[in-house]
Amino acid sequence: MSGAVLTVERAGALTTVQDLGRPGYAHLGVPASGALVRAAHLLANRLVGNPGAAAGLETTVNGCAVRASCPVVVAVTGAACPVRVDGRPAAWGVPVRVPAGAVLDVGTAERGVRAYVAFAGGLDVPAVLGSRATDLLSGLGPAPLSDGARLPLGESRFGPPPYTGDVLPYGGIGAEVVLPLLPGPRADWFAPGAVGALARGRYTVSPASNRIGLRTLGPPVERLRHEELPSEGMVSGSVQVPPDGRPVVFLADHPTTGGYPVIGVVPAAALPAAAQAAPGTPLRFAPAVRTPR
Amino acid sequence: MRALPAGEAAVLVEVADGEQAQALHAELERRRAAGELGMVTEVVPAARTVLVDGLADPRAFAADVVRWRVPPLAPAATGAVELAVRFDGPDLAEVADRWGMSPADVAATVTGTAFRVAFCGFSPGFGYLTGLPPELAVPRRASPRTSVPPGSVGLAGPYAGVYPRASPGGWQIIGTTDAVLWDAGRDPAALLAPGTAVRFTAEDAVGPAAAPAAGR
Repeated sequence: MSGAVLTVERAGALTTVQDLGRPGYAHLGVPASGALVRAAHLLANRLVGNPGAAAGLETTVNGCAVRASCPVVVAVTGAACPVRVDGRPAAWGVPVRVPAGAVLDVGTAERGVRAYVAFAGGLDVPAVLGSRATDLLSGLGPAPLSDGARLPLGESRFGPPPYTGDVLPYGGIGAEVVLPLLPGPRADWFAPGAVGALARGRYTVSPASNRIGLRTLGPPVERLRHEELPSEGMVSGSVQVPPDGRPVVFLADHPTTGGYPVIGVVPAAALPAAAQAAPGTPLRFAPAVRTPR
Repeated sequence: MRALPAGEAAVLVEVADGEQAQALHAELERRRAAGELGMVTEVVPAARTVLVDGLADPRAFAADVVRWRVPPLAPAATGAVELAVRFDGPDLAEVADRWGMSPADVAATVTGTAFRVAFCGFSPGFGYLTGLPPELAVPRRASPRTSVPPGSVGLAGPYAGVYPRASPGGWQIIGTTDAVLWDAGRDPAALLAPGTAVRFTAEDAVGPAAAPAAGR
């Protein structure tokens, strides 16, 4: 620990500490958690010279503002958003030097929902089961940021890396989100043609979406079997259909078991687009043709 | 045994009942320890299934696993975790009524049962304990409590369980333990993991069931 701290000036709608999460504990009821847009988290860390597993911030919709007690190199990636240092515009997607006592302000997302902020040295909050990630479902890891909270900054061992300009910013946020759908374990609990109806249905992203799941609004999916499904394990990306028929796509903080049928599974590569889809975004499911592996 | 698809890297293996699920989980863990499963990330037992995630070739695994000969569940090799319980829960009298016995006999039945963690879920460190005979299954409360204190020992369906932390809950609460079920700073964090043998012991004489505290 360097003794340096970040003080939260503006916590934003929901800002959490995230890293690569704590996979491997689902059998104990512990979600994997971790950054919802892993590539953006890794890029931000790379830009400031951190290992990929270093902890940073994940903001939601309207960013956050923090004051660092010592000079620190930062990078903002993920959702495109204005970045300011003590009120002056600074660059997004590249390393930025923040002087001691200056305020880094990550503004409201212009495209996407979640921005990722890496600090050289990482955030040195205590690790729980090997991860510093905030898990909103089970309450593991640090609490979401609140105004006035202080977070310890780790020591940067490498110093700011040279800016080489080889950055590939995350840009894949379209006007419509299309989520591929692989076969799920309980597809046979639904009416014949339910997967086809799901594919034809026009959905939008519900404002009730969060790190646990992307909730949808649109035509209900018709179930054939209505009995209780005993609790069973679920992977990230599972599309579960609760009794109201509106599919929920489970994200990183999802429960490790669930009691409603899973009609299909969105592959991991498509989940960042789901995590960056703002409420109201049109959403379609595209059942994948099963190809031999 | 059926192997159901669960996306690009996982298979949900479904068996006939909870005992077979526990046996399959034990066999999966044995094969995993022997390096026969590759780099799987999660093996998640549940009521009648075991989920295996992180498979390099889920279709090959699915074709293979249904042909396995899974040995029946062996008794736990190591000593059981003992949980000292005060049988003072607000639902003790109701459970005694359902079981047609006195509260002291409920305590004797629970302490006399060899339990085993079938699976975890609901919240970190919450184990679903099997071992009670099926005829002693109790329904969940019609209306769940908004907050159940940590250490509450409850019954629901065929399962017994202990709340690791305060949470809403619909289980029938028969007692309390001071044991720490979950401590993220401890290694292992969870006192109960799938397969763990558990015995309840009576901390003191069974008194009359405590009246539910105001506000609960």
